[in-house]
Amino acid sequence: MAADIQRLSPGDVIEGFRLDELLRTGGMSSIWRVSQTDADYPVILKIPFLRYDGDQLSIVSFETEKIILPRLHGPHFPHFVAAGSYNNPFIAMEFIAGTPLETWLEQLPLEIDEVIRLGVKIATALQKLHEQHVIHLDLKPDNVILRPNGDAVLIDYGFARHDRLPDLLAEEFDDPVGTGPYISPEQVLGVRSDPRSDLFALGVILYFLATGKQPFGDPMRIAGWRRRLYVDPVPPRRLNDKISPWLQEIILRLIEVDPNDRYPTAAQLAFDLQHPQQVLLTARAEKMTASGFIKTLSRWLKLRRNPPFAGLKRQLASAPIIAVALDLADRSPQLPEAIRTATQGILATVPNARLACLYVFKISRVQIDEMQDETGRNIFLRRLAELEHWSQPLAVDKEKVTYQVLESVDPAAALIHYARENMIDHLIVGARASSTVRRYLGSVSAKIVAEAPCTVTVVRSKAQV
Amino acid sequence: MRIALLSDIHANREALEACLGHAAEMGAERYIFLGDYVGYGADPEWVTDKIADYVAKGAIALLGNHDAAVFRPDAHMNDIATAAIEWTRTRLNARQQAFLQSLPLQKQEDDVLFVHASADSPEAWHYVTDSAAARRTFEASKARLIFCGHVHVPCIYRITTTAKVIEFTPADSTPVELSPIWRWLNVIGAVGQPRDRLPAAAYAIFDTARNRVAHYRVPYDTAGAAAKIRAAGLPDVLSARLLQGY
Repeated sequence: MAADIQRLSPGDVIEGFRLDELLRTGGMSSIWRVSQTDADYPVILKIPFLRYDGDQLSIVSFETEKIILPRLHGPHFPHFVAAGSYNNPFIAMEFIAGTPLETWLEQLPLEIDEVIRLGVKIATALQKLHEQHVIHLDLKPDNVILRPNGDAVLIDYGFARHDRLPDLLAEEFDDPVGTGPYISPEQVLGVRSDPRSDLFALGVILYFLATGKQPFGDPMRIAGWRRRLYVDPVPPRRLNDKISPWLQEIILRLIEVDPNDRYPTAAQLAFDLQHPQQVLLTARAEKMTASGFIKTLSRWLKLRRNPPFAGLKRQLASAPIIAVALDLADRSPQLPEAIRTATQGILATVPNARLACLYVFKISRVQIDEMQDETGRNIFLRRLAELEHWSQPLAVDKEKVTYQVLESVDPAAALIHYARENMIDHLIVGARASSTVRRYLGSVSAKIVAEAPCTVTVVRSKAQV
Repeated sequence: MRIALLSDIHANREALEACLGHAAEMGAERYIFLGDYVGYGADPEWVTDKIADYVAKGAIALLGNHDAAVFRPDAHMNDIATAAIEWTRTRLNARQQAFLQSLPLQKQEDDVLFVHASADSPEAWHYVTDSAAARRTFEASKARLIFCGHVHVPCIYRITTTAKVIEFTPADSTPVELSPIWRWLNVIGAVGQPRDRLPAAAYAIFDTARNRVAHYRVPYDTAGAAAKIRAAGLPDVLSARLLQGY
């Protein structure tokens, strides 16, 4: 018995779920609010329209979502509740009480700060998705909901890909699947294994939010989708002069034809959106007209020569964000040197790593105000210079390194917070050698090892022991 | 019901012990052995007795080509395999040989078929090494799920509604849903002689309630198993390949 939408009405019960209210009817499914569940949160039922007379896409995408959604965990994905079999198809999941991203589309272009805020939230959710082996492959405003606390939730996994499971969609259909404005060039060419396809879609979303225009329009046919392989979009600053060069740099980098020219990970994108002064500007930032046909054609040819087939895990692993915390005020030179040697070793294995150098400075509560005046400003600048000086021998490309000063009464807590906010993969810290100092200040490294949401390397200088 | 599927043990006691231990930890409630208990390895008696014990307790064991060669010479076997079988024959007593002789070629339960080699003439021992061979197996059986061994390399095949046969290399320890929309063929890797350049023993667990299969790799004492093969005077290549998984 295939579910027939015409015959479902409020009060009907499907495997213990009582249909309360039809929330929406889309092209491939209807969504009902339901009651009588054991979950301690509101639940919806997604009921696909399955026609067994040849509508394979809806069947395969139903199966795909049914397999992928239960494997996702965390605040950025709806909790999976239950699913029915293919002769009684439904997926029960958490109802996200929030605001769909579509709501923002009514007031385009948005304030730039709002575009950035949304960009960070969606990039964070994408990173969490990719870390769980899944590529969304149909990211668009309809599939993003913002929770009241600001977290972005990604919904609809009908076209998604889990990199450790068979891709049910890939071989079943000869035509690419996706949505006109947002589908990436490599998806148009049939590649469904690159997490940077989601970054392309996010670039299109940010472009749209910031300008009110879709960079590649809304082509309905696949022939139209292919145009993004060789037609360069109008630079967003041309459409909205409030867009700063650094934001244009980020957006245009996201919608590059070749995935290798985009951000390597969503975490690195979120990092740049939150540290605009650290974004290295290229010709993209100042561009005011679309590139000519020949220029974009050469990019397309490059893409065809090097078909992107990165593999999700390898892609994430090759581009971690590494943060190294230094206390250069401690005048012993051995520890910073030991930390540099350790950092060098770690960087050598990951060519696309992003390095954040942090000057961690413990201050007392009374000092907080003092740091605001001019002397404080000078101290701040001097510390940045010291950091830069420390990192010189590492010879990291300019666009891959940032410098920051973290001042806190509780350096360990500040570092843990920083690691979480910036989705740091690997944190390198020094261990204080002197037990006297440790007694007074507490062991920062021990607290970090215990609580940081990432890999932590604690460096100790042998010369100090 | 979680069913452990073990194939191509090839008289490798160390590998079988490791897999049985792993399967028990994973909550296996039932065992199906897909054939080739002997040949190549140094412990045919111990392995045959172990399988017979499991069968006495309700497990299913199918016949493999090496098991059959113990009581019926196989002209298709290469010299090394033949040498190993001749040595094996001298080691197995009448009871052990009779046990091997009693094993069926295949077993069907509802819409699930278990077989050592291809379902397409199981006694011909065809290898399911590619989509074309998988298609012949799909065409020979009506079963929705087919589990076989014989190839020594794990693989999952699916035949789509448009009759395309799609190949997938399973990721270690990741359960794969065998969606009832399609028919699936799982080639279970070898416990006793893996050939995909990964020396760890291979087996799988089919979870009937959740309709999922997980292929596992279990590291074991390859050096110990290889040393016994050398000590038994079996061809050197049989010990060397265990260390490399080829």
